Amino acid sequence: MKCQQCDKPAVFHITELESGEVRELHLCEGHAQAYLNQAEAGGGQEQEAGGPLTVSQTADELAVLDKKACDMCGVTFFEFRNQGRLGCPHDYVQFEKELEPLIANIHGATRHTGRRPDRAGSDLPEATEQLTGVIGLRREMQEAINREDYERAQEVRDEIRTIEARWLGPRST
Amino acid sequence: MNLESLTQATGEWLKGTGPESDIVMSSRVRLARNLAQFPFVGRASEQERGEIEQFLREQIATAPIGKDLEYIDVGQLEEVDRQFLVERQLISREHAEAQGARSVAIDRVEQVSLMINEEDHLRIQCMHSGLDLAGVWEQIRVVDEQIGKVVPYAFHDRWGYLTACPTNVGTGIRVSVMLHLPALVITRQIDKVFRSLHKISLAVRGLYGEGSQAMGDFYQISNQTTLGRTEEELVEQVGDVVPVLIDYERRAREFLVRETQQNVHDQVSRAFGILRTAQTITAEETMQLLSRVRMGVLLGLIGDINIADINSLLVQTQPAHLQKLRGVELDTKDRNIERARYLRKHFESAGGATSPN
Repeated sequence: MKCQQCDKPAVFHITELESGEVRELHLCEGHAQAYLNQAEAGGGQEQEAGGPLTVSQTADELAVLDKKACDMCGVTFFEFRNQGRLGCPHDYVQFEKELEPLIANIHGATRHTGRRPDRAGSDLPEATEQLTGVIGLRREMQEAINREDYERAQEVRDEIRTIEARWLGPRST
Repeated sequence: MNLESLTQATGEWLKGTGPESDIVMSSRVRLARNLAQFPFVGRASEQERGEIEQFLREQIATAPIGKDLEYIDVGQLEEVDRQFLVERQLISREHAEAQGARSVAIDRVEQVSLMINEEDHLRIQCMHSGLDLAGVWEQIRVVDEQIGKVVPYAFHDRWGYLTACPTNVGTGIRVSVMLHLPALVITRQIDKVFRSLHKISLAVRGLYGEGSQAMGDFYQISNQTTLGRTEEELVEQVGDVVPVLIDYERRAREFLVRETQQNVHDQVSRAFGILRTAQTITAEETMQLLSRVRMGVLLGLIGDINIADINSLLVQTQPAHLQKLRGVELDTKDRNIERARYLRKHFESAGGATSPN
């Protein structure tokens, strides 16, 4: 049996009882985890306060979630679910809430405790955030070129150069 | 870099040296790293892949490790040459079969290799012969530190090093040891051992290829999780289990010699006989037989061959190596004939009489 939310095999079979009605859920490990976490936290964001989480609602939520795209690289959550690969480093920020149960399921942990890079003169978490901005800007520049708005393309290119000069040092051109 | 020079050299993991090298073939660590300013490889445009490749190459050249490295443009290689690098474990199968700009940088002794534009922008690998996880970790830590000083790694306070696949996020580390476990296979204890490894979330794979049946009793044991534990803890997780496996294998070998001396001696001698006389032989059968002979040598049942010799034959008889050594491309049928010829010639000159006991 397939998971009701993706193509993986369903390994969790959950029966929900609510106001005398029985609903069955068949989910893969990742989605079951997500579902149970949501249920524990009192339902997802789009839920009415206190309202029970039902199959149709989770499916609706998932449909909304699937359309959610990364501001930088444009990858949708749907594409990630299908390919199993993220689009860019910013996805971990953009989809943090959605990735959390998945990562917890894979690693049994949700926080890095290992080494950190030490690049001289730059606060790294901030550097990553600033530099991933370049990914979105590069996309914007390409779009400007495509619609022949060269003035805008030039502006965006200058923005990219400013960020690169700030975070990559003098080498970047 | 000239691939022909590699053909003549013995790769690091084939040297047959280092601690416990009768059972542990090699120790390896790889780190997955990405640049913050580019999409992951799978989502990068052709132009971006080119820029990633150029950026990493230029920046790494400014690090101390840079002067020890030679680059190979994997995208420009013939299929047989890509396969050749896979057989030497210098690049992954995925890297060989991918499209677009990609390369590998290798140091002269084939201990360090940097894959650019594999699944992640950068995959750093370090490999030593025998059991030496501490040494490998120390070496790769230094390489990673040097590169981390000259390129902006994508890093997140909570998630650690950011990778294209969430299965690698955090430390991005994969620690593995390749073990030769013929006695555990013969005594049918290997499945039991693997089941217990899975329980402590360690992965087991064959020598070549994902998830495929391990060829010639060679197995790779590696960590599965990368987040929530430090690199040292993950190195230890794999390292801790190795002495236990070595002990099991040694005991199984002792049992074989003690209880079934005639049978084992017969099996090993027959394997050796086939390798010395066959007229056509597949890569799979060769590995299987070399595995038995390797055990025979270690048990003192066959004399006059050294382990390094057998280790190098394991790779020299792989399809791409055979073709590189021969200098022409060969189809499967001709490869099997050439492989048999190569083995006969090798054992003729190496001698290798069965010991009288």
